[in-house]
Amino acid sequence: MMRAFTALLIAIAMSVAALSVAVDEKPLADPAKEAMARDLMKELRCVVCQNQSIEDSNADIARDLRQIVRERIAMGDTPDNVKAYLVDRYGDYVLLEPPFKKSTYFLWGSPFIFLGLVLYMVLRSRKAPVVPKPLSADEQAELEKILGKREEDK
Amino acid sequence: MQRFVPLVIVLSMFGLFFFMMTDEDRNPNEIKSVIIGKPAPTFSIPGLEPDAPALSSADLKTGQPVFVNFFASWCVPCRAEHESLMALAREHGARVIGIAYKDTPDRALAFLDELGDPFTKTGADLDGRVAIDWGVTGVPETFLVDGSGTVVYRHWGPIVGDGLEAKVLPALEAAK
Repeated sequence: MMRAFTALLIAIAMSVAALSVAVDEKPLADPAKEAMARDLMKELRCVVCQNQSIEDSNADIARDLRQIVRERIAMGDTPDNVKAYLVDRYGDYVLLEPPFKKSTYFLWGSPFIFLGLVLYMVLRSRKAPVVPKPLSADEQAELEKILGKREEDK
Repeated sequence: MQRFVPLVIVLSMFGLFFFMMTDEDRNPNEIKSVIIGKPAPTFSIPGLEPDAPALSSADLKTGQPVFVNFFASWCVPCRAEHESLMALAREHGARVIGIAYKDTPDRALAFLDELGDPFTKTGADLDGRVAIDWGVTGVPETFLVDGSGTVVYRHWGPIVGDGLEAKVLPALEAAK
């Protein structure tokens, strides 16, 4: 039983390795460059599959883009050069992390704006509670009357 | 009165989301083209016909607006838009250049034999690299290049429905 279970675990572990896409392609001979290329692939969006990086997408175009990344890294391009090359063609959308520039100030700033709003609301609700007006003489008398009645009832 | 404030907020957000969801210009699959307003990318690829001359970016600078259509015989939406391309070429006298994307030339030619050939010139982008230079994410996509060689319009996806009348033809008029 235990043996069969172990075998199953190994089989699953191996199939997971087979699922990682970029492995099935020819890696670069230089391991340092291949690592650089692979890291870069994780930062690039597969342009047809919304939020997948080209590193883990099966799409045809993702494979083409991986090939381009490897070629350019092999040619000696820096990761920034390769990004610029792809942004020239597909725009900033191809970068999974949007760059910090004029058109994205609000995007990057919005968490702080909301944080500020929440802080403001919290601080406002924590303001010193309103102290009630002291009872007037009449009210005090009324209160004592009621309380006194209750004492008698007991 | 104040108790209606949350309702008004919720309703206006609903309206905003509904507008953004149904607005055709906000299709999340459609990446805004970044080459509009820029010179068309340079390229040189073999023609589709066996003895045809190469197709290159020089073919785009004719002083006249020209369409560049990326298609493939294996692409179903291309089949759907073919009628529009035929109308562009035949009825509106536009020059249309066809680039077969990742297709074997014989299959692409068979496709044109079957449905008609709207193209003044064709080329074979065998490995899809020219398409990437144009920022194509999938076929079909159609670009309009003006007489000076600047990309002025990109139609994402097939030209079907009122796409030809409402978008493509006005863009052609503007480019003339």
